Amino acid sequence: MLRDITIGQYFPGKSVLHRLDPRVKIVLTLAFIVMLFIASNPIGLLVGILFLVLTYGISRIPPIMILKSLKPVLPIILFTSILNMFFIEGTPLFQWWILKITLEGVTTAIVMSIRILCLIAGTSLLTYTTSPIALTDGIERLCSPLNRLKLPVHELAMMMTIALRFIPTLIEETDKIMSAQKARGADLETGGLMQRAKALIPILIPLFVSAFRRADELAVAMECRCYRGGEGRTRMKQLKIQMYDIWCSVFVGLCIAAVIFINLFAPVVLHM
Amino acid sequence: MIAIKTEDLTYVYSAGTPFEKTAIDHINLEIEQGEFVGVIGHTGSGKSTLIQHFNGLLKPTSGRILINGVDLWAKETKIRDYRFKVGLVFQYPEYQLFEETVYKDIAFGPANMGLSPAEIDERVREAAEFVGLKPHHMQKSPFELSGGQKRRVAIAGVLAMNPEILVLDEPTAGLDPKGRDRILGQIKQYHKARGTTILLVSHSMEDIARYAHKVLVLNHSGVAMYDDVAAVFSRDKEIIQMGLSVPQITRIFSRLRDRGYPVSESVYTMDYAKQELLSLLSGKEG
Repeated sequence: MLRDITIGQYFPGKSVLHRLDPRVKIVLTLAFIVMLFIASNPIGLLVGILFLVLTYGISRIPPIMILKSLKPVLPIILFTSILNMFFIEGTPLFQWWILKITLEGVTTAIVMSIRILCLIAGTSLLTYTTSPIALTDGIERLCSPLNRLKLPVHELAMMMTIALRFIPTLIEETDKIMSAQKARGADLETGGLMQRAKALIPILIPLFVSAFRRADELAVAMECRCYRGGEGRTRMKQLKIQMYDIWCSVFVGLCIAAVIFINLFAPVVLHM
Repeated sequence: MIAIKTEDLTYVYSAGTPFEKTAIDHINLEIEQGEFVGVIGHTGSGKSTLIQHFNGLLKPTSGRILINGVDLWAKETKIRDYRFKVGLVFQYPEYQLFEETVYKDIAFGPANMGLSPAEIDERVREAAEFVGLKPHHMQKSPFELSGGQKRRVAIAGVLAMNPEILVLDEPTAGLDPKGRDRILGQIKQYHKARGTTILLVSHSMEDIARYAHKVLVLNHSGVAMYDDVAAVFSRDKEIIQMGLSVPQITRIFSRLRDRGYPVSESVYTMDYAKQELLSLLSGKEG
């Protein structure tokens, strides 16, 4: 069934990470990414891994979810690792014909893989612990300085929010229309490419019609409640920086400091 | 002959996830051919899930469903044939219209059956006549029609498949009283003319009382009652306890009985009510 598909990866919970201000969370995630890239040293990366273990522990996200988020990037990681192994010059470990694997190549491949894995796991944590609505809200606030450049930040964020809000509704609608057409003998499963594309018409047309109808109704409902864009608009859910937002920022700051410190005083420099 | 039979029919949504929900639980049911059955039950009682099993749109988690004695999910059964034997009209069926013209939309079902153009033409015209669509409607776009007309086009689209069993999920939701009576009248007429087994899901007890012979009451994912209209509505207190209601007139007579008037306990239509009142009054005078 279509309705078994979940879009968005939000994993409801009540941990500190869930309650963190979305703006702070976005900024800290960016800081984490920076931290991963300035770590020129395996010990520095270890800080990143420990950071992830700690935050995933606090958020109570089942560890199996990390694997799920890593699955799609595995081919990229494998590809870059192999390239790194063969093309970085240095002490050869193994040589065959024109192919040679170097020590530096292997270490770079390992470090790069760990870095990408940490990167994905860290950014997934953001989407796991932040509802899509909170996320767009946070992005809107962070981008609000762009308003001065005449960029309609609020309108773009509102579009995002509406799109996210209506995904489940449209899935349900599609499900209903599919059932209704199947009840009239529509055959969606067999036939060649052209036939299948044709079989989609009885589903897509009613779906578009209903999407337009919904858009119309929503626009009227918003106007009835005096919606007129972002200017001067107040919010029901005010974003406020709490104590734990500050503590978390301080903690991430300390982690970055630690990484820089390790870079300076334990210089096992890697080939980038 | 038994048209629909279910044996311990159970359906669980999202099995194996935290959102698991049993929609229908061990339903055993036998519906005779040619019956006009009203289906009632409050929201979430499993009505929609149950009816989607009748034409094989949903596959039971456990249990069996037999149409005309054939197990729908047996290996040799071709499910698609039963989609045509059991016509299912969904809630707000007008949202499934998609063709350029009313005619083509009604023809969608028969065309899927692989009938010849002549047969399709005949079926479309018959079905359109049954639901009261005029020939000049046929070449219009379904999106130009009024809400009630669209609904009738959608119902005609199912009728055109000449189903042996017709299941309608709240066919009158959102229509004005005139449109409602018209559609239900046409369904009744179709039932009389063709002898089709009909299941009508409705929240209007008045409609059920007026049109159905039997009532199927669903409650807590199971069958609470399945009996003649009179027998079901005479258990008005139980029905009200389920969060449902009985026809207004039945409630009035129930109150009269509570006050000690010797009236029948199975009054559910106006005609019968009038008779009862008249005999009560003449009895008092005499």
